[in-house]
Amino acid sequence: MATLGELERATMDVLWDAHEPLSAGDLREALSRAGGTGAGGTGKELAVTTVLTVLSRLENKGFVTRDRESRPHVYRAATSRAEHMAELMHEVLGSAPDRDAVLARFVGQVSASEAEQLRKLLATD
Amino acid sequence: MLLTASLLAALAVALAWPVPIVLARATWTSAAPGVALLLWQAIALAGGLSMIGALLTYGLIPFGDRLIGALVAFFAAIAEGALPSGANFFQMFALSGAVLLGVHLLLNLAMTFVRASRQRSRHRQLVGLLSAPMPERPGTRILDSAAPVAYCLPGAPRSMTVLSAGLLELLDDEQLRAVVAHERAHVNQRHHLVLLAFRAWRSALPWFPIASRAQDAVGVLVEMLADDRARREVDDDVLAQAVALVASADDRTDGEPAIGRRDGIAAASAASVGRRVARLVERRSPLALPARIAVGAAAVALVAGPTVLLMGSALNLVSAKLDIEVVSGRG
Repeated sequence: MATLGELERATMDVLWDAHEPLSAGDLREALSRAGGTGAGGTGKELAVTTVLTVLSRLENKGFVTRDRESRPHVYRAATSRAEHMAELMHEVLGSAPDRDAVLARFVGQVSASEAEQLRKLLATD
Repeated sequence: MLLTASLLAALAVALAWPVPIVLARATWTSAAPGVALLLWQAIALAGGLSMIGALLTYGLIPFGDRLIGALVAFFAAIAEGALPSGANFFQMFALSGAVLLGVHLLLNLAMTFVRASRQRSRHRQLVGLLSAPMPERPGTRILDSAAPVAYCLPGAPRSMTVLSAGLLELLDDEQLRAVVAHERAHVNQRHHLVLLAFRAWRSALPWFPIASRAQDAVGVLVEMLADDRARREVDDDVLAQAVALVASADDRTDGEPAIGRRDGIAAASAASVGRRVARLVERRSPLALPARIAVGAAAVALVAGPTVLLMGSALNLVSAKLDIEVVSGRG
């Protein structure tokens, strides 16, 4: 696990794949397992405090909800991976209103007839 | 100051209607996107300056015949709460208009900027969680989506280039290099700032042809500039193929076919795709240097014009004498 960002992503991956809310201890175990086999794994055990830091960061950003009733606190993903992906792709493809200033896309998609014209243009050389 | 105000008003009208319409239709811009972009920025800046300047100089006429003296007299009059005897309603409307327009334009710019950076930081967070870094290309991330997309996310601490799995599948290595070089050029040339400024301009003045035409034209020019940068690294044909392949690829996003094709954004970008590919395939030579210098000089002159008029009226170089001539010529 190289960076905090990558640790956050790994944490979300575990939470998205989990069927039930997980405690920080559960997460630490799952992350250490994943880190041991993954490319970024150093074999070093993660500290629970590190996991808690990552979780509170994710909670502040609204990606994770915490159940404070249970002991220890358990965490779950606020929104599914598919929903986040849909939000992202809507922004990327420009179909979200008022979002086109966020990014400059390589090229937008054109209609079938325009695609045909493009192919003709390329075939002329 | 009446002459200054009239000249500024004439310039403002020209820059708000005929000039942007002519420039948006011009075809030489494809051969010189850099200076064309400069010209658009000059038109927007000079347009705003002359609009506000015309209202201000007209409104300040009863307060004196020099801009600075009149401004001082104006604030003194506000403090006193009384208008000078010659002042009429139209001049007061013009003054209010100048203040409101100036505040409106600046606020819009600030709001657009803040909103875009918020959206961008949210987008970065999502990308961070949903994409994997590409080990062989630092600063590049792969999004696990079948739709072939590539874009750049400018920002601190470093900019990101995002490619989708669908894009990697669609393009070969050389074409991919073209796409990455294109996206890097956007970031390095700070295109997002230009686009943001024109977006703010449009949202501030939605009824002006200048605003909407300028935004569309600037969007295309920025793409051509990034293309030109990429052409230094890859062959023209490779870049043209990459553009055409991505543009005409099926939108294979699961469950959401052809997301972007219905709306106006897609229609505008479709026209630009044709122009981009055509200039790559036809290998049109860039605009001759003297012509480019002329366009650059025109851009400088556009901004200098209203500035000199306002300064001249502030220093009482031109306007006092000419105003007297105009007035006495009339009387």
